[in-house]
Amino acid sequence: MSNNSSYNELVLKFANVNGSGSASANTFCAKALFRMGIPVSAKNIFPSNIQGLPTWYEIKISESEQLARRDGIDVMVAMNAQTYEQDINEVLENGTFIYDSSLLRDFKRDDINIIGIPIAKLCADAYTDSRQRQLFKNIVYLGSLSLLIGIDFDVIKQLLSDQFGSKPKLYDQNIKALEIGRQYVKENIKYPLEKQVRKSNKNTNKIMINGNEAAGLGAVYAGATVASWYPITPSTSLVESFEKHAMKLRKNEDGTFNAAIMQAEDELSAVGMAIGANWNGARAFTATSGPGISLMSEFIGLAYFAEIPLVLFNIQRGGPSTGMPTRTQQSDVLSCAYASHGDTKQVLLFPADPNECFYFAIESFDYAERLQTPVIVLSDLDIGMNDWVVDKLEWDPNYKHDRGKVLNSKELENAKDFGRYKDVDGDGIPYRTIPATHPELGAYFTRGTSHNEYGGYTENGVIHAKTLDRLEKKFDTGKSLLPQPEIIINSPKTKIGIINFGSTTKAINETLNHLSSKGIGINHMRIRAFPFSKKIDNFINEHEVIFIVEQNRDAQMKKLLVNEIDSISSKLLSILNYDGMPLTAQFLIDKISEHLEEDIDINQLIAPPIKIV
Amino acid sequence: MTFIKKPIFRHPSLPKNDLGLTYRDYEGLVSTLCAGCGHDSITASIVQSCYDLSLPAHKIAKLSGIGCSSKTTNYFLNQSHGFNTVHGRMPSVATGANLANRDLIYIGVSGDGDTASIGLGQYCHAIRRQLNVTYIVENNGTYGLTKGQFSATNDKKSKNKKGADNPFGAIDLALMAIELGAGFVARSFSGDKEQLVPLIKKAIAYNGFSLIDVISPCVTFNNHPHSTKSYDYIREHNTAMGELDFVPEKENIQAKYSEGESVDVTLHDGNSINLQKLDGNYDPRDQDKAVSILRKYRGEGKVVTGLLYINEDANEMHETLKTSTTPLNAIPMNDLCPGIDELDKLNKSYT
Ligand SMILES: Cc1ncc(C[n+]2csc(CCOP(=O)(O)OP(=O)(O)O)c2C)c(N)n1
Ligand code: SF4
Ligand SMILES: [Mg+2]
Repeated sequence: MSNNSSYNELVLKFANVNGSGSASANTFCAKALFRMGIPVSAKNIFPSNIQGLPTWYEIKISESEQLARRDGIDVMVAMNAQTYEQDINEVLENGTFIYDSSLLRDFKRDDINIIGIPIAKLCADAYTDSRQRQLFKNIVYLGSLSLLIGIDFDVIKQLLSDQFGSKPKLYDQNIKALEIGRQYVKENIKYPLEKQVRKSNKNTNKIMINGNEAAGLGAVYAGATVASWYPITPSTSLVESFEKHAMKLRKNEDGTFNAAIMQAEDELSAVGMAIGANWNGARAFTATSGPGISLMSEFIGLAYFAEIPLVLFNIQRGGPSTGMPTRTQQSDVLSCAYASHGDTKQVLLFPADPNECFYFAIESFDYAERLQTPVIVLSDLDIGMNDWVVDKLEWDPNYKHDRGKVLNSKELENAKDFGRYKDVDGDGIPYRTIPATHPELGAYFTRGTSHNEYGGYTENGVIHAKTLDRLEKKFDTGKSLLPQPEIIINSPKTKIGIINFGSTTKAINETLNHLSSKGIGINHMRIRAFPFSKKIDNFINEHEVIFIVEQNRDAQMKKLLVNEIDSISSKLLSILNYDGMPLTAQFLIDKISEHLEEDIDINQLIAPPIKIV
Repeated sequence: MTFIKKPIFRHPSLPKNDLGLTYRDYEGLVSTLCAGCGHDSITASIVQSCYDLSLPAHKIAKLSGIGCSSKTTNYFLNQSHGFNTVHGRMPSVATGANLANRDLIYIGVSGDGDTASIGLGQYCHAIRRQLNVTYIVENNGTYGLTKGQFSATNDKKSKNKKGADNPFGAIDLALMAIELGAGFVARSFSGDKEQLVPLIKKAIAYNGFSLIDVISPCVTFNNHPHSTKSYDYIREHNTAMGELDFVPEKENIQAKYSEGESVDVTLHDGNSINLQKLDGNYDPRDQDKAVSILRKYRGEGKVVTGLLYINEDANEMHETLKTSTTPLNAIPMNDLCPGIDELDKLNKSYT
């Protein structure tokens, strides 16, 4: 072992061909590292294609829990000759480049460690079946890698037995392939590499999960019974998660299910079904991404105006138009906040990670029913489809789902003069009834045309304006009801703040740690919901200059803040990234440092952090 | 104004149905449609049917899209929840509503613009799924509410009010419904209550997608001499396929019809339909026959009305989906939420 060995701080990247079976091997690797107790974060960078195009999988391994993406690769496992050139260029000085040397290649980099393993040849010798030869290549490189960087073989074996416990033949075959890879390294290559991993204890009470899995499960815990959807990357796996769990956990003895999953003919129909089901008293949702939101707009406006609860998950991807279906962005903030024509505003929730996806999925139904309006959960591809290490999911057995103001038969009899759109309590939220509640009372007419307090059609401008005002009041009620921002004061004296939302949080934390180590304290606020809470106004008012970090070109959150908060002037400085890749801390550090160094006015606002890390 | 309630004046001698309710109890608000509009007659037939069947109005949900026709859900069944959705999208909202509560009766009202143009996709897919709904198209061959543009059901040879020819061919919604697998397909005429009321009753009792394409003249924009959807044209070209009587299981009145002239159709929900045939060979259970009859008469410029097709053992949507027999909206939260032990297991599976 060389003296330059370093542990649990590296970026590992796999370069593969899409559809070659690499995905499960790579996830397997991340899971093994996770089980070793090491903080990891995995990013799948995949093409919009089924077979043949390049695909990558990055694993950041960081004992110090700096888990945002990072450019510059320490160990590259290059299994796709099409991308060798690009892949080798990403390897950092002194890093390692592992490739399939069945076909020998001459690479023009002598500042890195190049390791050839004749993987295709090894598989051709070991297997006769052509499919096996292809598939087990992935397991062979995993075997080699396990020895090269020190992944615990017992952990791998345990994982395999958990996965194939009921299929001993598959287990044996996989062990054999791993051994082939290990054997070759033992006999031919100096190992381990300088950058290694070793067991740690950071993952107690943690799980490894992606946001769509968590949100789908959350919808089950929310008591949702109807899911209507139209397939679109990257939201599809959310409904699949709901379906998987609901079919397992909601099966009745007679073989029927306490859930209905309906694949609609398009997003218009998907959202129409969700609205119909919510109107009729079930908890229903739909999940989509940008193009679907555009199609759903008319219906979202109907739900807003007719005050029908609706939960909609938007797993954002790169736009505009079909855009980059397999890359991540936060570019639907405005189109969701103001979805649909006329004076409309929608409730938005911004989960930061899969853990919060679970809780927001549950709460979104409560908010939708309490406020009788659409709630759009704005996740993104990075959260939705990548495996994150997060706190395990908790459930409070005393949790009471909030079904909002729904009158039952008795309450209808006691109500003096039921009017569907009357503001009885002064919070802008009326009472609703579910069809068939009472033989004579509570029926009303739901419409997207203008209506009076009883749901009757009206063309009276005064009544119309009154309805719009009440809807605004109801929206204001949401400000204190919805999730409050998370505020971290790193320096009580600093006049500089930073705002973010959603998936960029890891990069922000890493950046703020870095700046702290340079003596620069910046206060942080993570926005979790729209309409904006008073605390958001306050944070902005308490700082002179605020960086606002977004994964879009148009500074959409900044625009929403400027639009919605009167006291904001020009103190929001946008930091924008929209290349479709999860945000790196280095990008943020560079952008912030430019401002701090080049702008004297801002420089004077700096104060040291409470704690220098 | 449509929110004006009709004065409730009940003559003590008004006949009552099994629920002790009168015809007036099934009415809605005063119509705001043009005097003589076919749609109002259909409204009256719906009221009559629900009254005759003694349906509890609160167990009915009435849904529609946008158009003069779609407004009519406000003009019947005041005690039912109603939903004017958006243009052409009633089928999806009805599907969602039905998913939430399979026990209600769903009446969908739409227009030919609403269904055959903007909503054609949703219409097809609701049929494909065998959504349990009585889907009534109030077909006037024109866009009434936007003032007389040609609709997609307007016949090629027909003209608009100003005399301009319709350049494009018509979509036959009934023919389409049969092809797409609708379990119950009928065509009728707003002016023929005798035929329409029994059809609506049977359609309501039918478990699955039932279409009634009702030719319903628009007196303001499409009732002129060169229209093929005018009162006069339909009266002259109407070929009724059969007279049918809806026979609920409890009171079988088949004996009224002499053997050889009738076909008994027993549905898998136990109800039966008795069809007295005008055309000696017409059997509405024969899908191919239904299609060819529609094509044949269309070629002759005739409008066939009556029950065109019925599938005795279609599976309605919930049977296919295997949803619980208890309506989804009635299952308590405790039964829906898996709780802490399941979550512990799941957490383990994520490590
Ligand atoms: C998205 C949308 N586009 C256009 C309209 C305008 N519009 C209202 S009703 C209608 C046509 C209605 O025709 P039909 O369904 O045949 O009903 P009718 O009035 O003839 O009974 C149109 C185009 C609308 N309401 N929504
Ligand atoms: S315009 Fe035509 S369809 Fe509309 S109400 Fe008048 S007659 Fe009826
Ligand atoms: Mg029409």
